[in-house]
Amino acid sequence: MATAQAQLETKWWSGGKSPFNVEYGKLMMWYFLMSDTFTFGAFLISYGTIRFSQNFWPDPNHVFNAFPFAGHANLPLAFVSLMTFILIISSVTMVLAVHAGHHMDRKGVIKWMIWTILGGFAFLACQAWEWTHLITGEHAVMIDGQIKEIGTTVSMNPWGPAIKGVMHDGHQVYSTGPVAFGGYFFGITGFHGFHVFSGVVINIVMLIMTVNGVFDRKGHYQMIEKAGLYWHFVDLVWVFVFLCFYLI
Amino acid sequence: MDHQSESTEITFHHAPGGDDTVKRIIRTTILLSVITIIELALGFVIYFMHKGENPSHTLILFIKGVIVILSLAKAFYIVSIFMHLGDEIKNLIMTIVVPLALFIWFITAFIWEGSSWLNLRNTDGHSKPNIEKHQAAPEGKKPGGVE
Repeated sequence: MATAQAQLETKWWSGGKSPFNVEYGKLMMWYFLMSDTFTFGAFLISYGTIRFSQNFWPDPNHVFNAFPFAGHANLPLAFVSLMTFILIISSVTMVLAVHAGHHMDRKGVIKWMIWTILGGFAFLACQAWEWTHLITGEHAVMIDGQIKEIGTTVSMNPWGPAIKGVMHDGHQVYSTGPVAFGGYFFGITGFHGFHVFSGVVINIVMLIMTVNGVFDRKGHYQMIEKAGLYWHFVDLVWVFVFLCFYLI
Repeated sequence: MDHQSESTEITFHHAPGGDDTVKRIIRTTILLSVITIIELALGFVIYFMHKGENPSHTLILFIKGVIVILSLAKAFYIVSIFMHLGDEIKNLIMTIVVPLALFIWFITAFIWEGSSWLNLRNTDGHSKPNIEKHQAAPEGKKPGGVE
């Protein structure tokens, strides 16, 4: 309450201080993230437009039903929920690193940053597996009257409607699905994966700086806060990628 | 030098926060996990509805709407608690949140566009506008109608 009172009494625009009560770098990180929200938003909305314009769109529960080392078991939503929880947990360890930074606790920052980086690598590994599985996993598809086995790429989509009664090697044969499916999936998850990767690189730099005692000499751990904002944003975007590609 | 410039820029710091902050982080983590589990459960409901005979599309659309609202709730908690935007002063919150209102029109306009595109696709594009088809349909039915 005392803070709220102070907020009201402070003349924010009288100069000599930040009118937003944050350091310049942190404010710019917020504005960068806001612009990045619009970039991701534009991608996802474009995907939505194309999806709305199609009579048929592949069912995510049918496309994403594999799990590493589970063979051909039908496990919809299982792998992606693992990825989601990895990202949520790494977001939590990041916020704990920021919290340790507020208390100038160098050991705590190092410990939580290491966990965050490991979470980031785990997520990237999952995504690498998912992409490999999708690109190399071939499915029988009827193209111009011939049965071909194709994987999912930016130019091929085997996930069309099932052709009733036509089987190939004991598997259901499908017609080709909308080509845009692969393009949007690889484009948007790839752009998100690129953010995760750059986030991991930033976190590693922060870890090295912490170990070298740079922030102790500066007297504050604000750089950890800024890196934290970026890392949480990566988690935030995943909430919507998860929603648009896997859930609905 | 950095330290000095930081202290003149910032008028007052957030409450330092001890165990209370950690408790709040743990509470938010549990909340996010529970919301995610509910979303997954609803995802499975949709999966089994699709598998079953004659799925109700209105109900599926409703469940998808619920999942969207749950995702927005998750986004709110991540931004407000994990990114500490909720602890910042109102000036900052407004400059971040208000521009996002553009998304309301952005999403509406493009979904509208997509539906219109679907409509054109199913009416042979510009060669057969929708109106013509609607007018043609009753005529085609006439012979059957006169009994």
